Amino acid sequence: MAKILVFSEFQNNNLKRSSQELLQFAKKSGAESVIGFSLGSQAGTSAIQMAHHGATEIHISKSPDFDAYNPELFATAVSEAIQKTGATIILASVSALAKDLFPRIAAKLLCGIVSDGVEIQISGNDVKVKKPLYAGKCFATAVFENSNVKIVLMRANQMPVEPADSANSAEITEHHFTKPNLKTIIKEIVKGTSEKLDLTEANIIISGGRGLKEAGNFKMLHDLADVLGATVGATRAVVDAGWVSHSMQVGQTGKTVAPSLYIAVGLSGAIQHLAGMSGSKVIVAINNDPSAAIFQKATYGIVGDAFEIIPKLTEEFKKAMHG
Amino acid sequence: MKIFVCLKQVPDTETKIKILPDQSGIDPAGIKWVMNPYDEHAVEEAVKFREKNPSAQVWAISMGPKARVVESLRTALAMGADEAIVINSVENADALTTARALSSVISSESGAHLIFAGKLSIDSNQSSVPQMVAEFLNIPHTSVVSKFEAHSENINVERDSDGGAKEIVQMLTPALIAANKGLNMPRYASLPGIMKAKKKVIKEIEFSSLGILPTEQKIKYTSYALPQEKAAVKLLTGDSSAQATELMKLLRDEAKVL
Ligand SMILES: Cc1cc2nc3c(=O)[nH]c(=O)nc-3n(C[C@H](O)[C@H](O)[C@H](O)COP(=O)(O)OP(=O)(O)OC[C@H]3O[C@@H](n4cnc5c(N)ncnc54)[C@H](O)[C@@H]3O)c2cc1C
Ligand SMILES: Nc1ncnc2c1ncn2[C@@H]1O[C@H](COP(=O)(O)O)[C@@H](O)[C@H]1O
Repeated sequence: MAKILVFSEFQNNNLKRSSQELLQFAKKSGAESVIGFSLGSQAGTSAIQMAHHGATEIHISKSPDFDAYNPELFATAVSEAIQKTGATIILASVSALAKDLFPRIAAKLLCGIVSDGVEIQISGNDVKVKKPLYAGKCFATAVFENSNVKIVLMRANQMPVEPADSANSAEITEHHFTKPNLKTIIKEIVKGTSEKLDLTEANIIISGGRGLKEAGNFKMLHDLADVLGATVGATRAVVDAGWVSHSMQVGQTGKTVAPSLYIAVGLSGAIQHLAGMSGSKVIVAINNDPSAAIFQKATYGIVGDAFEIIPKLTEEFKKAMHG
Repeated sequence: MKIFVCLKQVPDTETKIKILPDQSGIDPAGIKWVMNPYDEHAVEEAVKFREKNPSAQVWAISMGPKARVVESLRTALAMGADEAIVINSVENADALTTARALSSVISSESGAHLIFAGKLSIDSNQSSVPQMVAEFLNIPHTSVVSKFEAHSENINVERDSDGGAKEIVQMLTPALIAANKGLNMPRYASLPGIMKAKKKVIKEIEFSSLGILPTEQKIKYTSYALPQEKAAVKLLTGDSSAQATELMKLLRDEAKVL
């Protein structure tokens, strides 16, 4: 049986949903131990939340050195943690941080890494991961060979989460990791304009395309998003037109997302856009052209004018969610 | 001063993917190959750097089956790269093996002042090779870079992080930069560039000559399959108020996603 280390991230002192997912999954997989691991000040204040979601041991460093992401610093610390704890399976969610960090660790430890997993099976020390290839045009199962340590980065929202169980507890071990001679300095972090969940983690996404006619009309989507607790995305056409920032782009050259609900408004469903969102569980298409390709991927479709339907939906959801 | 650009050849985004009958991989017949879109930004940034630093030389390097990969190297040459190297290998080497090979060739070519790569290859969706190359060469890296500025001893870059946040990072050279889309506008190859690229000799290295053991391959892909067909879309009828009410109900009671 394996020791599974779940690299956990916090936001505003709350354990991210994506980390909850992985801890709960690790617990259910029958691991010998589930190691909740986290770095930085928030790990100091909120580590115990990892136990509430299934960690049987907790390992942290609460040094504020880890409050800004520095690849060299993190790679050294996490590699040391893997070796010290004896973990052989490492799980993390595909955040901007994890995607950057873990390949460097895999090179340090000379082990295999699979990124962007959508399904995972663990039995004993065996790990199989299903992942999309060729921008979601096909899937394959990745298996590890000659790899004592196995690293898997999973897309968020692939597994259910149950409520936290605050009766669960675990011992917290604090570590002091080697500080390497850094050749990277993080000068500044410029916060994003959005306090909402990042697209890659959002459970509901509303995306707009050229059918919205102009930048100002995105407000309509933001209003609906506020009611649903959703994050707003966009097509490349509107990013290129300068209506919204590139960080909102979904698709092959933007973000790959897999929310439970994806509402596509006034976008045609170009293959490069589909590449970034076809993994969504439920897709709603709103478009005035019944032959738009997006309808072929959609679960539910409304053929009609976005300007008429979106305000109606906002009203309807407001009643349903808050009434 | 050598500047390396790592580039990968990938199926064009419009290419239809077919699976081999034994599910061991994709059917290579009929695939149109192109340079990975992010790598075009890497080539552009390297060429721009050389234009400001005439002592620099841009080396494009790619690993994969030689017969097709050289095409993308020629594109890089036509865009302005000075030299090109192909590491001839089989299809589907994993990220670790690829990074091992690239870093070993870069070292044996007396190292790099800067290495540019793409943030991700659109076929494997891994985002792994650049960070691994940096680790093997023991140099710093920044990925998802949308701004690059070089000074004599160090470089300043901007990295796009989650939620639209930006990290302003300084690295000592030599360093590796993995490009995001916003970094620049890749140029089209000029006609003289294309003519020059045609005549250029591309240096060939056999993967098997690099002494990388088969056990260094850690990941194997099996059971290739096309995505499951989705059930046909359910179109909602009635006026827009009725459609809105119906959609809300379906999402809540049938799909259970609210
Ligand atoms: C290499 C490459 C990479 C790319 N990467 C991406 C990527 O990452 N992401 C991406 O999105 N695209 C990407 N693209 C671009 C892609 O090919 C499409 O051009 C783009 O997605 C189209 O955006 P759109 O759907 O907003 O616009 P359009 O295709 O113009 O669609 C607008 C839609 O709005 C509908 N419409 C108009 N008015 C209304 C109305 N009043 N109410 C309702 N509907 C209305 C129309 O019927 C139409 O279907 C890429 C292209 C290439 C070549
Ligand atoms: N076979 C290869 N040859 C050269 N460069 C590569 C190769 N594979 C990946 N890269 C580089 O690594 C980047 C990220 O690729 P990946 O890790 O596969 O997502 C690419 O954009 C290239 O710059």
